[in-house]
Amino acid sequence: MTAETRAVITGEPGVAEPKHRKRLTEGARAERRLGWMLCAPAVIVMIAVAAFPIIYAIWLSLQRYDLRFPAQAKFIGFGNYGAVLSSPYWWHALVVTLIITIVSVAIEFVLGMLLALLMFRTLFFRGTVRTIILIPYGIVTVAAAYGWQYAWTPDTGYLSALFNNSAPLTKTGASIAIIILAEVWKTTPFMALLLMAGLSLVPEDLLKAARVDGASAWQRFYGVMLPLMKPAILVALLFRTLDAFRIFDNIYVLTQGGNGTYSVSILGYDNLFRGLNLGIGSAISILIFVCVAIIAFIFIRLFGAAAPGTEG
Amino acid sequence: MAVATTARQKSGWITANLVTILLVLIPVVWIFSLSFKDPSTITDPTFFPKKWTWANYSGIFNSSDFTRPLLNSIGIGLIATFISVVLASLAAYAVARLAFPGKRALIGLSLLIAMFPLISLATPLFNIERALGIFNSWIGLIFPYIAFGLPLGIYTLSAFFREIPWELEKAAKMDGATPFQAFVKVIAPLAAPGMVTTAILVFLFCWNEFLLAFTLTSTIAARTAPAALAFFTGSSQFAVPTGSISAAAVVITIPIIIFVLLFQRRIVAGLTSGAVKG
Repeated sequence: MTAETRAVITGEPGVAEPKHRKRLTEGARAERRLGWMLCAPAVIVMIAVAAFPIIYAIWLSLQRYDLRFPAQAKFIGFGNYGAVLSSPYWWHALVVTLIITIVSVAIEFVLGMLLALLMFRTLFFRGTVRTIILIPYGIVTVAAAYGWQYAWTPDTGYLSALFNNSAPLTKTGASIAIIILAEVWKTTPFMALLLMAGLSLVPEDLLKAARVDGASAWQRFYGVMLPLMKPAILVALLFRTLDAFRIFDNIYVLTQGGNGTYSVSILGYDNLFRGLNLGIGSAISILIFVCVAIIAFIFIRLFGAAAPGTEG
Repeated sequence: MAVATTARQKSGWITANLVTILLVLIPVVWIFSLSFKDPSTITDPTFFPKKWTWANYSGIFNSSDFTRPLLNSIGIGLIATFISVVLASLAAYAVARLAFPGKRALIGLSLLIAMFPLISLATPLFNIERALGIFNSWIGLIFPYIAFGLPLGIYTLSAFFREIPWELEKAAKMDGATPFQAFVKVIAPLAAPGMVTTAILVFLFCWNEFLLAFTLTSTIAARTAPAALAFFTGSSQFAVPTGSISAAAVVITIPIIIFVLLFQRRIVAGLTSGAVKG
């Protein structure tokens, strides 16, 4: 519970911290060695494919580096960051991303909680509901997104037909609402499952006692269940917030970022793979990474969310 | 709670359940129904097809634009899943059972990677893979998928491994089993469910991944099915690819539905194992 996540990579566990050089028994030393050996392959892969590239991205972000003019590559310090941070596109993307993140996580939390209570309490079709809701969780985001896109396409979609053959994906506000709808449909089940795990931590006796003492259903929920579920809620919110912040697939399929619906990830993609500007693109990537780190920091330090699995 | 269920409560629960099931299923059924619509009626916005056809399916299976990416998805997914689960099992065993300095750092590193915005990796990997000559190849996708499968695997498996009664291993050895026998006969059967669950979750991740599959490939040599959908064109220049895309979407959704039906309990256990402990 109290464990804090280290945001800094302290290096391969294979490199021991020398301060622990107490006398260790032969067995304890062998155990250490085995522990490091078992972790080494996983750590090497994670560092090679994730940690090293991010450092490389930092270096790229400090260069003027346009793939169309590779000969002009040059170290320019924080110039790319200045260019990104003074560009209205970045701030627009950030606002759109934050709106999508906050609104969809809020809706998912409310719906997920209702769904969790339903799955936990209901006596009918419990198995069916638990099975069915895994389909949105498992379905390929891109496949579901095409379903939503066609549903809202005039002359093709049943939802568009329902609203007088309208074309909501051509309007900014409506497009963002549909992106949020697609996001909520896909990920509410995940939220519900995590919250259901939290619900199972609430002792039944406590709820009964509160009932006997005359607490209303709302009071039992708010006063007894929520506080006990707090760790599970924070983990669910943390996971989903970080996940929603990097939204890409749904927007790419639904609008390709048109009509001002681009998120920070879409903006990064456009600069990298359409604009072929590695310097600017990398600077955007690093800024997204910084945003994610800030969100994680807020959750872990201010709200006291525990990183799962850290008690070991 | 279960003692006095009035008729009203009962119908309330049933309604809530039915509404949930409908809300979940309607979008899925819609894609199925679109995929069976005859191309001439695709612009007819009815929910169910008026004229059913298999043409969309025969169309996509007759073109390597879909069959090759489907093969890539299966191959890349299986290889990446296998390697991640093996590596994650080793690390998770160490995390769950052994005392060694650096455990926290390992968990911190995996948490960091689990939270990584993929776009931040797409740029450097794009450049690195072009330099190494593995851009647009299976290996070029397998490596990042392993790296992202590992944190998921380490969490889920270390939660599972903590629950295993390891004393049994000692008991088996005292009864004369060799360490190998103790592992194969006692520990492996206990660990298998957790490993199957983890494999399913990692495979679902690889199967679903779009951003890297889209940016680290340039042809159908390595492009996976979700990325291939975005490149679909109609059977002729003037046809909208709606039917083909829907059929392909259905094809890549079917394995998910099968997994879910077969392994519902395990998937739920796997998704929630890390969360409760926190």
